[in-house]
Amino acid sequence: MTTVEAPPKARSRPRTNPFAGIWRRPVPAAAFVVVVGISVAVILAPLLAPHPPLAQDLLHTLSGPSANHPLGTDVLGRDVLSRLLYGGRPTLIGVGLAVLVYAFFGMSLGILAGYLRGWTDRVIVAVLDVMLSVPAVIITLAVLAIFHQSNAAAMLTIGFFASAGLARIIRSSCIALREELFVDAARVSGLGPARIMARHILPRLTGQLLVPVFLFSGNALAIQTGLGFLGLATPAPAPSWGGMVGEAAQIMQQDPYLLFVSGGVIGLMSLSFGLVGDGLRDLEQDRRQATGGRLRRPVPATAPQDANKPSDAPPDGAVLAVRDYSIAFATAQGPRTVVDSISFSVRSGEIFGLVGESGSGKTVTGLSLLGLLPPNGAVTSGSAWLAGTRISGLPERELQGIRGSEIALVSQEPMVALDPYFTIGSQLSEVVRRTGAVPGGKEAVRQRVRDLLTSVHLRDPDGVARRHPHELSGGMLQRVVIAMALAGSPKVLIADEPTTALDVTVQAGILDLLRSLRDEHGMAIILITHDLGVVADSCDRALVMEQGRIVEEGPVEDIFYRPRHPYTRQLIASTPSIAPTEGRIA
Amino acid sequence: MFPIILRRLALSVPLLLIVSAITFVLESFVPGDPARTVLGINATQEQYDALRAAMHLDQPVAVQYWLYLRDLLQGDLGSSLFSGESVLGLIGQRLPVTLALVIGGTLLASLVGVVLGVYSATRGRFSRRLFDILSLLGSAVPNFWIALMLVAVFAVKFGFFPATGYTPFAESPGQWAAGLVLPVISLSIGGVAFISKVTRDAMMSTLGLDHIRTLRASGIRPSSIVWKHALRGCGLPVVTTIGLMMITFIPGTILIENVFTLPGLGTTVVDATNQHDLPVVQGLTITFTVMVIVVNLLVDVLYSLLNPKVRAE
Repeated sequence: MTTVEAPPKARSRPRTNPFAGIWRRPVPAAAFVVVVGISVAVILAPLLAPHPPLAQDLLHTLSGPSANHPLGTDVLGRDVLSRLLYGGRPTLIGVGLAVLVYAFFGMSLGILAGYLRGWTDRVIVAVLDVMLSVPAVIITLAVLAIFHQSNAAAMLTIGFFASAGLARIIRSSCIALREELFVDAARVSGLGPARIMARHILPRLTGQLLVPVFLFSGNALAIQTGLGFLGLATPAPAPSWGGMVGEAAQIMQQDPYLLFVSGGVIGLMSLSFGLVGDGLRDLEQDRRQATGGRLRRPVPATAPQDANKPSDAPPDGAVLAVRDYSIAFATAQGPRTVVDSISFSVRSGEIFGLVGESGSGKTVTGLSLLGLLPPNGAVTSGSAWLAGTRISGLPERELQGIRGSEIALVSQEPMVALDPYFTIGSQLSEVVRRTGAVPGGKEAVRQRVRDLLTSVHLRDPDGVARRHPHELSGGMLQRVVIAMALAGSPKVLIADEPTTALDVTVQAGILDLLRSLRDEHGMAIILITHDLGVVADSCDRALVMEQGRIVEEGPVEDIFYRPRHPYTRQLIASTPSIAPTEGRIA
Repeated sequence: MFPIILRRLALSVPLLLIVSAITFVLESFVPGDPARTVLGINATQEQYDALRAAMHLDQPVAVQYWLYLRDLLQGDLGSSLFSGESVLGLIGQRLPVTLALVIGGTLLASLVGVVLGVYSATRGRFSRRLFDILSLLGSAVPNFWIALMLVAVFAVKFGFFPATGYTPFAESPGQWAAGLVLPVISLSIGGVAFISKVTRDAMMSTLGLDHIRTLRASGIRPSSIVWKHALRGCGLPVVTTIGLMMITFIPGTILIENVFTLPGLGTTVVDATNQHDLPVVQGLTITFTVMVIVVNLLVDVLYSLLNPKVRAE
């Protein structure tokens, strides 16, 4: 987010209704209706209840639902519906009190700490740390030991300790808000901190209250009904939801029906609180990233009839061939083609450049050859052949057999390309065991790992093998990644911007290594890069891509000395180090 | 690693002071006192005064608290106003039941939650939806209600397990375990929902990372990628969540122990609360707080062990 965009966004925030849009989502909307409906019914209990909650009818105990008793009667013949309506009162009053305290302390501690900063902030943060470590339910029991059966005292305690979590959220939003222009403006115009906090900060943060409040309500409900179940929060004959579960439990063996009614109301209410909270959070997230739609529905894979086309046969002499190859991604606006009917072939022992700016489709082409496109992307037409075998459209299981042993990848960012939790040696051994077909036991694998690390010119192979990735430099890591790619002696190595993330001083070394490995093993290397200098240095032939199409293909000399396409000319002109007049290409 | 642990220990000192002070402060606000509770209404004024002096109730609250802390440091938590039993002895006797529940519940919920989370992360959208609904239900339905349902079905109807009661391990390990099966399951259900959701989300984002792509590009089998490499990458969020869950299990045992009438700290604290037995409530409050501190310390240590960068330092 840039600072230029931020203030208008923040200013419009108080005006957006956080509930707007909830009606378009059936589940949270229904849950919201349940919360409001049950709460209203409980508030109106004296009007709605068909019987007084304590009226006993000993002639009709444990009767099922009837016209007179819509939900039946309990063990003393009391009307279950009426008891549910009245019993919701201590429960919902308790939840309401807890939420009030929660919101009050969460808001005020959060704003004080986030706006005043300095010592106030440090003290409040320390207090919040302690509050969060307190086992609140246990303290609530201690409170109840002193304030006997006081629902209010118990739920105020719960709300107070839980408010620490809210205060942390509010504090960090407030710190961000504090830096915005309108706060500066208010400060310059001479308003004191108390007024700024009350008039300018508070209204902008109230919208953030809703999600935590609904989620906390669910917790508070669970605790209140738990206390009711234990008989700690409401004195005996008066109904409460938790207490009704307790009563139902005592006659569970004769008649479990009442257990479903009382537990059902608690579960429904608790579920609804959670669903409304989650729904509001999703809405908030959608608003924040209003422009980015969700990616859905993968594009269907290659049409099968492609295989029968006469032009589809693998060309002779090429270890890798790609014919009429297109790749598309599913986006919110429908499928978007990122690679558009490209064809090329690569021979063994050749370093083949795939050149273009970011977004030209070169990396995607490389990944698709390994079957590693992201889930929303797919090859939509054409075919790819590796050593005479068609690899596009192969099932995942067969691709696994090819990856690493026939075709391998060296990716862009060596710093994140290796598993940070395992040593270099353990990762390499796993790949060696999987693809290397090393006869013999552990020692043979270890020797192969040592050889691989030596072959990429790492000086202390045993030392490197013992290290974790974060203990090595970027250049060393890229050598390890190359060693890993070599483990299965692949016929084709795809190197995706192998030097881009590295220091200039290390880049040449990695390119030298790739060239010498090609000379040694005779594999084909596809070098994906945006850097024409790299192409001039290392490649035999190259292909220039622009927006998914091939604009130029041929030997590197031709591309540099006789570029046919204006795009190639622009690329060359924008790379001063390889101006053709220098005559570096020979 | 050590700074984190030291910080946690430093935080636990004010925490314990505050937690132990709460009852003293609140008690000073309400009329009546424990001496009256012990003696009942028929005692003479002399008896009452003598007991008040013996219990230091004639002193200011601050002094009472100071004397309590002094005894606490010497391992004396006072004795129950009703049974006269030493609070420390009571805790020693009841703690194993609660610990068995908390540890058993944590192990079960972690195992099932992680497996379900990984499974759901690697399956399609439909199974993810179904899983979302189940995990929402699991966290919404109160655990004491689940406990009652399990009793109704597996104890009363089929008689697989005892409905209530507890057999000490020393008496019969088999019956001890059988008696804990339903309580442990009831305690862990909400935790399963919690853990599996966090595992699923962590798994899905880990599977999208570069190093996972490198492993896939090297032909490593999906089972190894998911269960070895990606799961290891989920270690930090999952361990943190397991710690948070275990902390909710500590008060969670109160309801479960009461449903199954297990003689643990939870049933003891509810009885003491009902009977206004302050020394027991105070002692248990401190015990529960210490349990929370220990769990937090364990999480800190595990956290450091799981992170190679911290471990190396």
